[in-house]
Amino acid sequence: MSALLSVAGLTAGYGGVPIIEGVNLDVAEHEISVIIGPNGAGKSTLLKTIFALTARSEGEISFAGKEITGLRTAQLVPLGISMVPQSRNVFPTLTVDENLDVGTYAAPPKDKEKVRENVLSLFPDLRGKLDQAAGELSGGQRQMVAMGRALMSEPKLLLLDEPTAGLSPAYLEIIFDLLLDIRKRGVTILMVEQNAKQALRIADNGHVLVSGKNFVSGTGEALLNDDAVRRSFLGGAAA
Amino acid sequence: MIDFINLYLVPGLTIGSVYALGAVGISMIFGILRFAHFAHGDLMTIGGYGVLTAVWFIPLHPLLLLPVGMALAIGAALAVDEFFYKPLRKLPTIYTVIASFGVALIFRSLAQLFWSSGNQVFVSGVRPPMVFFDTFRISELHLQVIILTLIIAVALHFFLTRSKLGRAMRAVSDEPELAAVAGLDTERVVRWTWVIGAALAATAGVFAGMDTSMHPNLGWNLLLAMFAAAVLGGIGKPMGAIAGGLIIGIAEETATFTWLSDEPLISPSYKSAVAFFIMVALLLFRPQGLFKGRLL
Amino acid sequence: MELTGLFFYLVSVLIAGGIYAVLCLALNVQWGMGGLFNAGIAGFFAVGAYTSAIVTTAVSTKHLGGFELPIPFGLVAAMIVAGVTGWVVAKICVRLKSDYLAMASVGIAEILRLVIVNESWLTNGSLGIAGVPRPFGDLVQGREADLLYLAMVWLCVLAVYILCQRLYVSPWGRTLRAIRDNEDSARAAGKDVDWFRLQTFVIGCAIMGLAGALSAHYFKFLSPSATEPLLVTFLVWVMLMAGGSGNNKGAIVGALAIWFIWSATEIITSRLPPEWITRSSYIRMLLVGLLLQFVLQKFRSGLIPEKSPKIRSD
Repeated sequence: MSALLSVAGLTAGYGGVPIIEGVNLDVAEHEISVIIGPNGAGKSTLLKTIFALTARSEGEISFAGKEITGLRTAQLVPLGISMVPQSRNVFPTLTVDENLDVGTYAAPPKDKEKVRENVLSLFPDLRGKLDQAAGELSGGQRQMVAMGRALMSEPKLLLLDEPTAGLSPAYLEIIFDLLLDIRKRGVTILMVEQNAKQALRIADNGHVLVSGKNFVSGTGEALLNDDAVRRSFLGGAAA
Repeated sequence: MIDFINLYLVPGLTIGSVYALGAVGISMIFGILRFAHFAHGDLMTIGGYGVLTAVWFIPLHPLLLLPVGMALAIGAALAVDEFFYKPLRKLPTIYTVIASFGVALIFRSLAQLFWSSGNQVFVSGVRPPMVFFDTFRISELHLQVIILTLIIAVALHFFLTRSKLGRAMRAVSDEPELAAVAGLDTERVVRWTWVIGAALAATAGVFAGMDTSMHPNLGWNLLLAMFAAAVLGGIGKPMGAIAGGLIIGIAEETATFTWLSDEPLISPSYKSAVAFFIMVALLLFRPQGLFKGRLL
Repeated sequence: MELTGLFFYLVSVLIAGGIYAVLCLALNVQWGMGGLFNAGIAGFFAVGAYTSAIVTTAVSTKHLGGFELPIPFGLVAAMIVAGVTGWVVAKICVRLKSDYLAMASVGIAEILRLVIVNESWLTNGSLGIAGVPRPFGDLVQGREADLLYLAMVWLCVLAVYILCQRLYVSPWGRTLRAIRDNEDSARAAGKDVDWFRLQTFVIGCAIMGLAGALSAHYFKFLSPSATEPLLVTFLVWVMLMAGGSGNNKGAIVGALAIWFIWSATEIITSRLPPEWITRSSYIRMLLVGLLLQFVLQKFRSGLIPEKSPKIRSD
């Protein structure tokens, strides 16, 4: 089966200094793919470059069999990609309902009410808080609003930048369970994650990025059992 | 007490309405483009003169010809944004502040060039005020200004909370980077910010010009109070700016009331300093404004 | 005769140009070195002008005065009073971030204007103060006096330039520029940012006061409507941006260049048909407004750019 997202030889950075160099990555449809690696390896930059938020200097990106290299973010959303940034990922003075609504603007769905119902069924906690300002919610609830907003454009591919950053361990479980639910609904997920071990457990595939370059890729299970990966990135303990 | 209402509160509400309509634009521009727009007062002047000119040609009530002034102000705002502000958007915003300071002068000299530097009135002659219950006196114009401002405020509230464009504007004001991630067309939002800000500025300019007279310094002289209103309402909070404008207007007028003795609390000639002190006090002690606006 | 006329016209242009150079150096201290936006230049200029006028004029029933002090005392007093005014303002406003400070400075200019117009016992209100002495006014008069005054103004420019240059290269100036370019890291390095800013603002205001005094003794008369405050403030900004903010030489060159352009356009527009003459000053203002936009977009580092690389993202 051909990949939903295919990245080849991607190089990008800020002010002429490359942060990622020649990165290759394939994400198959309906899988959860996770990018792990040490701090400063360029994981977030990779995600942002795919979503046209960071200037790409070399390489090609294709999505659902279509070349998308050079398209702007506003053009990618209607094609079926959305992203949840790591921080500042809700509109704090907008209500939860308004946050979700803004998610539909770039790619208006045919039946907005139905999509909204679908999204709310994933995050039942938000139902009681629809009229509350998103900035007043807890960190975990804000993450749900952010994911909900990204899902409102009915994406095929969801890019997540460290969805569990700063959350309590209890919420970490909840978010990972949610990701499995989201995949069940047919959404492919590519995420960057600091909690590498837990992430690899739910992931179909993993990609280890070191100093802006591909280090190793494989199934989640294979990476968990890979000695080199375990020693360097998973704290050495057995999976 | 009646004097207080007739001579202080009502005029305060009237000038407050002018501040409010001007401050909405300043607050929205500050929220979305992140700079203090020094030419906003002069945008009011341009709008005011637009209607003044229309009145010469079409013998209608000035308020009915408001769309002419709005169109002129909108055109002027979009043009200066395109040619003077947009090229500076990647720089620290203070450069845009300096540019807008220059645009203020450009607008003013254009007004002087085309409409001369003297005072011009919309409608000559004095009309007796309307009297209610034998005690409350209010001029027809003041009543129109206050009612129209309230209508605009309500419309603005529904626009910002219910319409797609209004929500997108609030979203860009809240988190511009996230708005880009969500695929919003930021430039379109910016354009509409100018359209709405300029239209309301023109309305405020006409109100101010009808209350006194049109002159090229009209808008610049109101700028300080409008900045104060925008800060008071919380930057990026258009509805807060409306409240802020009304509060500043009432504060300025009532500060000259004989509160403590037979002497006015503050000499009327120092009225415009009131706005400054409210603004500075607020910036120092509650910079987010009364309604939790954004911080720089 | 034509030639002498031209010569003395040039002298008058150079005197006013020198006064603007002092203002421009002052703004360079505040904005160029300290990154402080000040839209109230004309206000501090006026404070200086009135102070020097009041302490040097003869007794008058119309305004405070009668001190009849020598002119150098007037200049020093102007700097002190403008500096103290600046200190009061800075004490309140210097903590404000860039755009907020810009908004506040509009208010400061307005309040200073209100004081001058309303406090007649001090300033004779809108009627103004007449009989401000010229240096050596008893000895030389007419055109020779202009030449003498030209020398005095440019002596002041030189003195202010040397002072500003010293400030720029001193450890104090380096710290200041570090604050301008990256406030947070300067703060992290233990610098008292607000204290440095306050000093910068006060020094700049004192120099603006000096420029005001120089102008009062040149015109011998001053009133609130003699100059248009906004235009003065604006011209100084254009001068500094065009000359090269952060560079003292650039400030002087920018002041002269823009003042020459401004004066030259006056000559050109004075030849316009009479019905246009009254409007010519508006055309000139319009052109200067456009010139600023050009400088901001295409010529941001100015005629003489600041030497040390800026960290500010340009």
